[in-house]
Amino acid sequence: MANYNIPEDNYYTKDHEWAQVDENMCTVGITEYAQDSLGEVVYVELPETGQKVTQGEPFGVVESVKAVSDLVSPVSGTVIEVNEGVLDEPGVINDDAMNEGWLVRIEMDSEKELAILMRAPDYRKLVNK
Amino acid sequence: MTPLKSEHEALGAKMVDFAGWFMPVEYFGMRAENLHVRSKVGLFDVSHMGEVRVRGAKSLETLQWLTTNDVSKLVNGAAQYSLLPNEQGGVVDDIIIYCIEQGRDYLVCVNASNADKDFAWMTANNRGAEIVNESAHWGQIAVQGPSGVELVARVFSDSKNKNAIKEIASFHFAPAEFQGALCYLARTGYTGEDGFEIFVPADKVVALWRALLEKGADLEAKPIGLGARDTLRTEMKYSLYGNEIDDTTNPFEAGLGWVVKLDAKDFIGKAKIAAVKAQGLKHKLVGFRMIDKGIARHHYRVVTIDNREIGKVTSGTVSPTSGETIGIAYIAADFAKVGQEIAIDIRGRAAKAVIVETPFIKKDSLKKKGS
Repeated sequence: MANYNIPEDNYYTKDHEWAQVDENMCTVGITEYAQDSLGEVVYVELPETGQKVTQGEPFGVVESVKAVSDLVSPVSGTVIEVNEGVLDEPGVINDDAMNEGWLVRIEMDSEKELAILMRAPDYRKLVNK
Repeated sequence: MTPLKSEHEALGAKMVDFAGWFMPVEYFGMRAENLHVRSKVGLFDVSHMGEVRVRGAKSLETLQWLTTNDVSKLVNGAAQYSLLPNEQGGVVDDIIIYCIEQGRDYLVCVNASNADKDFAWMTANNRGAEIVNESAHWGQIAVQGPSGVELVARVFSDSKNKNAIKEIASFHFAPAEFQGALCYLARTGYTGEDGFEIFVPADKVVALWRALLEKGADLEAKPIGLGARDTLRTEMKYSLYGNEIDDTTNPFEAGLGWVVKLDAKDFIGKAKIAAVKAQGLKHKLVGFRMIDKGIARHHYRVVTIDNREIGKVTSGTVSPTSGETIGIAYIAADFAKVGQEIAIDIRGRAAKAVIVETPFIKKDSLKKKGS
């Protein structure tokens, strides 16, 4: 079993995204487990800044040689920043999914939505199943 | 289940169900595995492939009726790529026939996912041969890559002269012994690299696998998964049954007219196959390279710049060897020319691509897939 970096401070989804929350700002990426399962990421489709996203709804696509996966938003809100770096060089997601490979920053509509996301211990259980 | 299951797991492979078999899909990364086969040597467990034995005085007559290529051309020790046609002129399977004894004894290698269907079909259309499904008896290991021939020669040098093994020509094979068991060393493959496909009795597969890894250590022999097997064959534009060919495919549209010998003999579905050829082909199988981003996947639509559908994608991937995003598609004959710009409907986005020459990669050591 691979030893994935699953920081305690983050929130996680069953779709294997991480969400790092700073007040009403939420940075979103895919987890190390997700990038490892996908293999070499070759293409990423992300929303434009200003676009609205909804918790549990797709907001983009991450594509590897093996598979195409929807990116599912962990929270509702407005996209205020997109990581142009991963659009140009999707391999960054494989190299550093938890930091440099972040995807979007979302201004959250409501922090209450965080209550249904997983914390690190639960997510660790999910990927070690 | 492959007899090598515990070997794969001990070597850290990711395993998947494939056609009812539990097979290794990836060992150390599909991309790295593909490149390793192109530069060194890789071992593929292909024990899931089916083997059907066709024997007896009516074996040649039966195979002539069942297949599209001219089996009478096969001498002892020669192999031939061919098709099992159906009555509608489609393809039941693509196969390789190995001639053990001309007019008396042939081994037919068929796809794993079609093995039961093929055996039933061959039996139902038998013209007096003894047809036996030997799939359970045989395991298969493919040894492919620039050092593949040297490795196989080393492992079988106890029973056979090393040079005799190296001199087995492309699309030929020879018997050899491994720990007292009869094997066949076939100079065939599905990667575009030189090497062998080894037919080995199932109870010796594990020992042979270990011997290949051990004697290939200095050649950097490594196990390779089915994922890289697929990118390697896509780089060569080799057909995969279920993608490029199926029950409805006309062999000429698939670019496989060279294994259909209309003038040589009669066979199942011949009139239907000939009629399509005579009318002129409506579609052709072509290779393309993506200009825009994204991978064209099986079943995606091929469209013109103004969004008229002109074809369907059969395979697509990123070529580890060239780094380009490549694909294979059936395209309306009018558009099927090298240099033609097309678009692929990638989830609603018209992504530009261009038709290119194939194979997608050029190598000095390229072998043709039989003749």
